[in-house]
Amino acid sequence: MLAGWSILLFSLAYLCLLFAIAYYGDKRADAGRSLIANPYIYTLSIAVYCTSWTFYGSVGRAASGGMDFLPIYLGPTLTFVLWGFLLRKIIHICKAHRITSIADFISSRYGKSALLGGLVTMIAVLGITPYIALQLKAVSISFNVLVNYPEVVMPPISSQVPVLRDTAFLVALLMATFAILFGTRHIDASEHHEGMVAAIAFESIVKLVAFLAIGIYVTFGLYDGFGDLFATAALTPRIGNLFTSSENSYGHWPTLILLSMAAIICLPRQFQVTVVENVNEDHIRKAAWLFPLYLLIINIFVLPIAIGGLLQFPDGGVDADTFVLTVPMAHRMEGLALFAFIGGLSAATGMVIVAAIALSTMICNDLVMPVLLRLNWRGLAERGDLSGLLLSIRRGSIVLVLLLGYAYFRFIGESAALVTIGLISFAAVAQFAPAMIGGMYWKGATRLGAILGLSLGFALWVYTLLLPSLAQSGWLPIGFIENGPFGIELLRPYALFGLSGLDNLSHAMFWSMIGNIGGYVLGSLMSRPGAIERIQAALFVDVPKRSGAFGSSSFWRGSATVADLRALLARFIGSHETDRVLNEYARGRGLNLGRLREADAALVSFVERLLAGAIGAASSRVMVASVAKGEVVGIEEVMKILDETSQVIEYSHQLEQKSRELELTTQELRAANDRLKELDRLKDDFISTVSHELRTPLTSIRSFSEILSDNPDLDPAERERFLTIVVKETERLTRLINEILDLAKMEAGRMDWQMIDIDPRSVIDDALAATGSLVASSSIVLKLEMDPWLPQVHADRDRLMQVIVNLISNAVKFCDHERGEVSILAGQLGGRLYIGVLDNGPGVPAGDRQIIFEKFQESRGPLVDKPRGTGLGLAISRQIVEYFGGRIWVEDAPDRGAAFCFTLPVSRTNAADRPALQSQEAL
Amino acid sequence: MSRKILVVEDEPNIVDSLSFLMKRAGFEVLIARDGDTAIRMMQSRPADLVLLDVMLPRRDGFEVCREIRANPDWKSVRIIMLTARGRDLDRRKGLQLGADDYVTKPFSTHDIIARVQKLLGPEDG
Repeated sequence: MLAGWSILLFSLAYLCLLFAIAYYGDKRADAGRSLIANPYIYTLSIAVYCTSWTFYGSVGRAASGGMDFLPIYLGPTLTFVLWGFLLRKIIHICKAHRITSIADFISSRYGKSALLGGLVTMIAVLGITPYIALQLKAVSISFNVLVNYPEVVMPPISSQVPVLRDTAFLVALLMATFAILFGTRHIDASEHHEGMVAAIAFESIVKLVAFLAIGIYVTFGLYDGFGDLFATAALTPRIGNLFTSSENSYGHWPTLILLSMAAIICLPRQFQVTVVENVNEDHIRKAAWLFPLYLLIINIFVLPIAIGGLLQFPDGGVDADTFVLTVPMAHRMEGLALFAFIGGLSAATGMVIVAAIALSTMICNDLVMPVLLRLNWRGLAERGDLSGLLLSIRRGSIVLVLLLGYAYFRFIGESAALVTIGLISFAAVAQFAPAMIGGMYWKGATRLGAILGLSLGFALWVYTLLLPSLAQSGWLPIGFIENGPFGIELLRPYALFGLSGLDNLSHAMFWSMIGNIGGYVLGSLMSRPGAIERIQAALFVDVPKRSGAFGSSSFWRGSATVADLRALLARFIGSHETDRVLNEYARGRGLNLGRLREADAALVSFVERLLAGAIGAASSRVMVASVAKGEVVGIEEVMKILDETSQVIEYSHQLEQKSRELELTTQELRAANDRLKELDRLKDDFISTVSHELRTPLTSIRSFSEILSDNPDLDPAERERFLTIVVKETERLTRLINEILDLAKMEAGRMDWQMIDIDPRSVIDDALAATGSLVASSSIVLKLEMDPWLPQVHADRDRLMQVIVNLISNAVKFCDHERGEVSILAGQLGGRLYIGVLDNGPGVPAGDRQIIFEKFQESRGPLVDKPRGTGLGLAISRQIVEYFGGRIWVEDAPDRGAAFCFTLPVSRTNAADRPALQSQEAL
Repeated sequence: MSRKILVVEDEPNIVDSLSFLMKRAGFEVLIARDGDTAIRMMQSRPADLVLLDVMLPRRDGFEVCREIRANPDWKSVRIIMLTARGRDLDRRKGLQLGADDYVTKPFSTHDIIARVQKLLGPEDG
């Protein structure tokens, strides 16, 4: 027989154990040997997500909706697995700015707006109230069920008993006491509650083990494992239908998954344990898979217990939400039933304590303090130690939050299932998601947008979820739901603007998110962010880039005394703690604060951040401003300074640019000058070379003319020889002058080209005729190999002939003395006309093959005794061939000697001839 | 024994005319078509005067001049440089290297004979 007092005793003993763990955890933290600095404790503390909703409610939901309990766990799993980066960024931002709550986060992002912080706090408090009610309901029902052991009797409705004798009320007071003990023993600048985290981690283990114990008992104790259990269930049509009936559609799963994805980030208690209490950012990596694993394990036995309950109580007289407790009771498992109760208590306590602490911090920092400061901050500042006031505000807030929860439970929650109550809370906190996530990635998001979005979303949440829940409990006429307010059908809260066909929750989420996101985006686009907003936006969005010098978000211009700052800090966090942190700060920077009178901007910012941890960013700014003697740099001034700085930067940037351009220009000029000098040298060389080439034949002509004139006695043969030399040298001189003029004209582009389509065959024939006497005068064998058909080319006929004549004369000049042989090849090569002139002379050394096409550059091979040309023939030939779009080069002839070849593009008129040609060839 | 003149020149027609002129003036004429040959010939049969063209294949006239002046055995050898490049720069360079005279092409046949005779002085025997 379990008497009421023994259950109470067990419960108190368990809560005292939790408190002992918390106390020990705090002691260890003070000693610098943190109990919680590992990813496993961290993960277990995040498991505060699993409340009595999970412990009792999941089974209840499964008993009526099959797999419907599941999406609430899929959402967080997805967030942790896929959005680890998002969590890391939030944690990073919070650490950099000493953010202590989700209200602080959103207010800080949008320019440290006190209004926004208050709004978020209000939404959070109103939104979480049903959730706390849910816990109170679970604990009180489970207590009232257990107290009748071994009879399974559903307890009477609370509202029928007086408040002071209502179990739920007593539970609320008890929990408030413990939350106060856990969370508000002292003001911590960093708002870390290591002891509390340790206790939460412990209760996460207890609830898990308790739930597994029940599950194992049902599955393996009452039945022979899962197979037996499900087989038995299948025989009962009502249970089998749970998983096959079309009533349980999966249509609202996306809503539930999205909702819980947002909730795991936006629930104040999750923000508290995941972000604020995080001691090491790396822990999130392990938690990313450990936490989903915890969720998986705790959900394994939900269905078996639900089925076990349904089989045990087929008539439906027992609330499915109590199966975890009532199934062991029905089998007289006293110890197990008690363990189940403790597990449920554990789940509820954890949630209530963390939520109460988180909400009380928000109420104190973002609601009460800003109001107090605004109303009478000077009077407040004159008070000595404010840490006592802060603690009182927080303690009062905790009591208030729990009483609100109790009120909701007593007046509304009685009739609804646990899960339904919880989802209302989820929908409320999900309203934070757009402002929060948007604020981390969109710099353009503004305060107005956030306020508009949150207000609209919250208003629609109230209208489509909260008010209908009041109506269903009889606090509003039910006609409000059925016919709309004042009978306006279009405004029915479950079918707003005629939108029907969705479940109530999806419907509410649809409208509230449209209002929220729409207001957020439109408001942001339509308003211009203030200066401080812009700074904060940049700090939040670019957080990893800016953790260094620009990490502080305040701009102070000195002029606060160290003593004033010390006194200010001492008022909020106590003089002992103040001494400790300031000494630490001084040590870190090698300062002696004792001697320092004026605090520099860095110290003022440091104090502001410290205070932000205790009283929130917005209030901290006001407080520090009060001792900084109004010397906060006005934000316009900051922007001006930034503007001037950026102008200077821009100016110096331009200077740099200009100087780079100058340098570049100098380089270009130098290069151009070098090039000019080089050209000048080349021109000098050219003139000198031309002079040499002209003087050489002139020397012979003058010498022999004088010899002939001075020596009339010369014998006729010698006379004849000298005269021949004079004539030849005169011809050479003439040729040379012509070629120089030609080349000059070509290079200057003043050559008069007579471009026509030419049959190359006739040009080759004429060139052979022109060189006929030259060839005939030597013993050279001339061979001609021409394709039967040569493509026409577009060229100047005389110039093309000049090239061929040049090459033939060269070949004749350089071929073998005794058995000279010159071959002329003509054909096609790669769609071009090809003409090659081959000799069997010594050839051109590889190193000279480029240079011989330059002016006055003859191969200096073993050719000393060879007759000299003008040194311009090949240079002119190259100019001509290249003018026709062709290419000229020299290579080794197949046997020995040189092969001078050139190709020319064929003329376009050939295209018409080609088919005929091809058919000819084919034949 | 008549005095020897080495004509160093790669242009056949100019070699022809110089050798005709020098022979007519009573000198023995040796001919080299390039710088290397010129040095080899000096080693086997040293000349009294060298008519040295500047623009020679491979080793040019300046180098040949420097080499002749570097050898003490050839201290008394006279050198007249011939060039078709009429630049003062070349003229100065030739004289600095130790050439005795410098003649620009095209030259007057009377003038060049006079210069050779002047450098070698009246015939002793």
